Amino acid sequence: MARFRNDDTPMIDRYRWWEVIAIYAGIFVFLFFLLSPFIEGFLVSLKPLSQLFSTPYSFWPENGSFAAYFTMWESVPGFARYIFNSFLISSLATIIVLLLVVPAAYAFARFSFRGMGLVLGAFLAVSMFSGAVLLIPLFRLMRVLGLLNTYWAMIVPGAAFLIPAAIWLLRTYMMRIPRELNEAAYMDGASQFYTFRRVILPIARPGIIVVAIMTFIGAYSQQFIFALTFNSKTEYMPLPIGLYAYFGKQEVIWNELMAASFVGIAPALILIFFLQRYLVGGLTAGAVKQ
Amino acid sequence: MTSSRSAWIFAWALLAPAILYVLIIVAWPLIETFRLSFTDASLRKVVNYVGWRNYEKIFNETFLTVITRTFIWTFFSVLLKMVIGMCGAVLLNAAVPGRNLFRILTMPPWIVPMAIGIFMWGWMYNGQFGMISGLLQRFGLVDGPVAFLAYGRSAFWATIVTDVWIGVPMVTIYFLAAMQAIPKDLYEAAWTDGASRWTRFRRITLPLMSPAIITMSMLSLIATFNSFDIIWILTQGGPSGQTTTMIIDTYQVAIGSKKYGEGAARAVVICIFLSLFCLAYFRVTRRLQGVDKA
Repeated sequence: MARFRNDDTPMIDRYRWWEVIAIYAGIFVFLFFLLSPFIEGFLVSLKPLSQLFSTPYSFWPENGSFAAYFTMWESVPGFARYIFNSFLISSLATIIVLLLVVPAAYAFARFSFRGMGLVLGAFLAVSMFSGAVLLIPLFRLMRVLGLLNTYWAMIVPGAAFLIPAAIWLLRTYMMRIPRELNEAAYMDGASQFYTFRRVILPIARPGIIVVAIMTFIGAYSQQFIFALTFNSKTEYMPLPIGLYAYFGKQEVIWNELMAASFVGIAPALILIFFLQRYLVGGLTAGAVKQ
Repeated sequence: MTSSRSAWIFAWALLAPAILYVLIIVAWPLIETFRLSFTDASLRKVVNYVGWRNYEKIFNETFLTVITRTFIWTFFSVLLKMVIGMCGAVLLNAAVPGRNLFRILTMPPWIVPMAIGIFMWGWMYNGQFGMISGLLQRFGLVDGPVAFLAYGRSAFWATIVTDVWIGVPMVTIYFLAAMQAIPKDLYEAAWTDGASRWTRFRRITLPLMSPAIITMSMLSLIATFNSFDIIWILTQGGPSGQTTTMIIDTYQVAIGSKKYGEGAARAVVICIFLSLFCLAYFRVTRRLQGVDKA
């Protein structure tokens, strides 16, 4: 009994009622693991501090209110600046990465001269050295270049570590553009540069957008170690470091910290909601080679 | 395409900016790390070459414990990411209503700034007021508050769980993509022959996904080995060094104590391990490609 879907569903995709229950139960447990910090964080942002620091623990807020979402701006006046900084740093890093990666990915996708395989391998190897390992010379490099305690101290090293994934993704995308286009352009007497600019770039636009989104998200979510080490100026701090401002001398203002976290991640969440089709597409394009 | 001289120049001109950038920001610091590891560089102006002294100094019992701990931490984190990611991919691949929504809902831990997710876990692990301890007490599973980050062993596992939490979405989506690339007619043929769901998973899904599983475990291994933010925000390597991995240890010595030379020596040891992983990765992917072609 109890075929779950209507008759259009292929037989192979039909489940018995207990299979459906098992699948939903499994998905529930899986998503609960992934989302519980956000649920808890949201509830914390609604609770007054007195309830937070009281025992026994109560999951649900009593007299919950959005008060923390208003007081957070007064406790840490620079908070809007931190969000702005995060966006600025991620945007500039994304622009640098795109300027470097778009030509490089095209070269890797279209030409195969001796030595290029090695260079591609070297680029991929870059992604395995995290910034943490190279921190000491990077610190000195930033000091020599006079970039310490500026936005660039967080942008320049951050961008370098976003390049490998971006190259890989865009190269895969560009390899799908038919070679005949290049040949046709060549026959018409177009120069290499003209072909790249006027033929390839417009066609590769969707792929470039995916790479831009992925790079921006990577840059936005990984601002920590360089900001922690290379910048000590409050006015340049990105969101993750700025949140430490809610750690008072005596105690952490947890409800405001959580409220601020949600305000800080809202842009990212809105972005995923609208771009999730690109995201899944982008991930799979780079991931699964056929 | 005609591979003329101008095409050669054009190709390398396209590559040059990216190569130059990575040379300055990654390759040069890498070489500089090796050089510094043979010096006594610190905040002082004078820098002397000290030969192998930094290496002699760091290879003691404490450092070997840190190495072992790093490997155990990494091993369990990667293992859990793979297992949970695979379960997630199987569940999200099931043809049930709502699966598109469920797929979106897996992404937040990966997409949200890492530090924010980690702050939230920090609160969850809080002994007196956090959710985990609170719910465990409510259900009578523990007697008093459990401060997960205050004890070595629980802090060790707590940091692993948070690392897994951040890594799972990426693994799940990657596995899901690999799963969907498996030709449908294989399943239909097996289904016609009366193979059960489990048999189809064991005999078709798992074998055909093994390249994806191997690739992802290697990438995950490298990323996890480099994990810094999670431990730094949750415990800073404590309590009493029980969550100090090699990265945290290097950071403490190099940036915390400003012993650049000694810190560089520790970083070099990390680089050696990473190079071995990377070598293994290239070798494995090459072999997998060979299998594909055959």
